[in-house]
Amino acid sequence: MGDETRQREALLEAIENIADRIDNEKKHLTDLDSAIGDADHGANLNRGFKAVMEKIKDMDDDADVQEITKTVGMTLVSEVGGAAGPLYGGSTMTASTELADGITAESSVAFAEAFLEKLQDRGDARVGDKTMIDAITPAVHTYKKSIEQDDLPPLEALAKAVDAAERGVEFTVPIRASKGRASFLGWRSTGHQDPGATSTLFILEEILKTAEQYLEGDTDVDATSPTIPDEEPDELEEE
Amino acid sequence: MIGLLIVSHSGQAAAGIREIAMEMGGDEETIAAVGGDPDGGIGTSIDDIQAALSDLLEATDGVVVLVDLGSAVMNAETAIEMLEGDEEVVIADAPVVEGALNAAASATSPKATVESVRESAEEARDISKL
Repeated sequence: MGDETRQREALLEAIENIADRIDNEKKHLTDLDSAIGDADHGANLNRGFKAVMEKIKDMDDDADVQEITKTVGMTLVSEVGGAAGPLYGGSTMTASTELADGITAESSVAFAEAFLEKLQDRGDARVGDKTMIDAITPAVHTYKKSIEQDDLPPLEALAKAVDAAERGVEFTVPIRASKGRASFLGWRSTGHQDPGATSTLFILEEILKTAEQYLEGDTDVDATSPTIPDEEPDELEEE
Repeated sequence: MIGLLIVSHSGQAAAGIREIAMEMGGDEETIAAVGGDPDGGIGTSIDDIQAALSDLLEATDGVVVLVDLGSAVMNAETAIEMLEGDEEVVIADAPVVEGALNAAASATSPKATVESVRESAEEARDISKL
């Protein structure tokens, strides 16, 4: 994506869109959390993103995208108060270093991977535990594959990632929680959609919505592979 | 002297556990308690954890952290990661009440280290009540 100013503008717009979305969905998220958790996910995230908006307003005009992203992470860590603080905030802080040279297809994949790695490390959760990992893991893997292997334009890769996250959220409904507060409910956690996976999807949807204003490409996609992989993978070239 | 930090989702629970633990040893300077989210509701606040850690580290040679569950664990881990220097701070994988009692008793030993206090706290996992 274009020059520094434009990247910065896109990033700030994405953050604002996320903050607005969380504000609009706070009751929805808290309702999901009251079914299987401690009924604070919406309120906690909303407090965090409100604080982020305040912090960002006070930042220097020449702050770069890495600095802005790191500030978002630090503010979420301080203000969210629930597990979502260290999970979203801590992972954003760690991954922000990948944006030192700006936002490119390459650096955004590196950011996504670093974010996922930190999230797994901090939360100690795996796919199938009924957590935000169930939404973010397929999204990150789909994004990476779409960029690095299928050579898709970033906007299309992002649209596929969002589609994958949506499937991940649906996947949390029938399964039993084995991490987080919902795990205390055992089988009673089945049949409920995970609030953390849901907020992850909302955030990704807002990033996509913002990217549509700034990037060219097709967003009418689904994450299922349009091509059947070759039966024999290309042989590795020998050195 | 090794310090103890008790982190609970409830400030009152943390203060109460601290009160019980202080019966075994330690004082206001070496045992601290934090709880509650940034708005004072049920939850934990990383800023409160960081502030308590830095106060304790001024009075002690290292800190063992006792946590209740979920975000208390993750916020304590994140706070420890954000420490600047080579301060010795560890989280005990122990039940918070029994672990705090064991830790407070063992921290009174003149030979206590962060590791020895953590081990004592973790021995509380095997305490059987009936």
